Amino acid sequence: MSLAARHLEANGLPTVVFGCARDIVEYCGVPRFVFSDFPLGNPTGRPFDPAMQREVVGLGLDLLETAARPGTTVVNPHTWSPDQSWKDKIFSREQPFLPEDAKEKWLKRKDAYRDLKASGKV
Amino acid sequence: MTHVRYIDKTLEYYKNEGYDTPYRWAHFDEIPFTRLSKPLAECRVGLVTTSEMAIVGEPGAWDEGDAARDVYSMRTDTPIGKLYSQKEAYDRHATTLADVDSYLPLTRLAELTAEGRIKAVAPRFQVIYSQYSQRKTLTVDAPEILRQMREDRVDVAVLTAV
Repeated sequence: MSLAARHLEANGLPTVVFGCARDIVEYCGVPRFVFSDFPLGNPTGRPFDPAMQREVVGLGLDLLETAARPGTTVVNPHTWSPDQSWKDKIFSREQPFLPEDAKEKWLKRKDAYRDLKASGKV
Repeated sequence: MTHVRYIDKTLEYYKNEGYDTPYRWAHFDEIPFTRLSKPLAECRVGLVTTSEMAIVGEPGAWDEGDAARDVYSMRTDTPIGKLYSQKEAYDRHATTLADVDSYLPLTRLAELTAEGRIKAVAPRFQVIYSQYSQRKTLTVDAPEILRQMREDRVDVAVLTAV
């Protein structure tokens, strides 16, 4: 996603990325970034909270107008929940990120992609 | 509490799962930058997402075994109630993808268009797969998105990473 933003921007299209994985997006480096400190899944506001979604999308539109330099991040000021234990549990042994069947499918596709690459099809 | 260090967490997680080769996250020293060339109220907004959208009751764009997972597009005027996300990689323990606008803000952008904050939303949005291959993203998928956005006369792009 960050790579796509960089490509569009380099070709003359101003971009803004919305995301919840601050370290990954900032390590890659994108022109403009709206960060929500939320669980992976809701980069444009809490589910079923249209007012917050408006606010978050608005932050991104404002950023398109105001960012003075590349690599500008603004932070959604809202907290997901007083209980922040989700931050410890994500990608932990006790709580696998993908369900087992989804993980199997992902691994198979990964192998299939390697084959496509080896045969020059991608 | 500070934000989650996903790079460190995933490196550790997949190491414990038995993968020897650590994933190398993309990193660049230089960041491109293009300034807005006209007021936002005169801009047509494009939308890109990793949320693997599909229409209820219809087959998704990618078969289960489709490894290439090329970019596809869908109409932005699709009724939001007909759209859902097929994405499996999100924090299912802490949240839900049941509200499309929380990751693909079509309703919010339609409201902002009606209010004149932006001129319009592009006729289609693009779905990009979070690739195993940065090379494919850079040489195939991102150029395809750019091509479609130019065709749709997009002025600025919003990208949402689920």
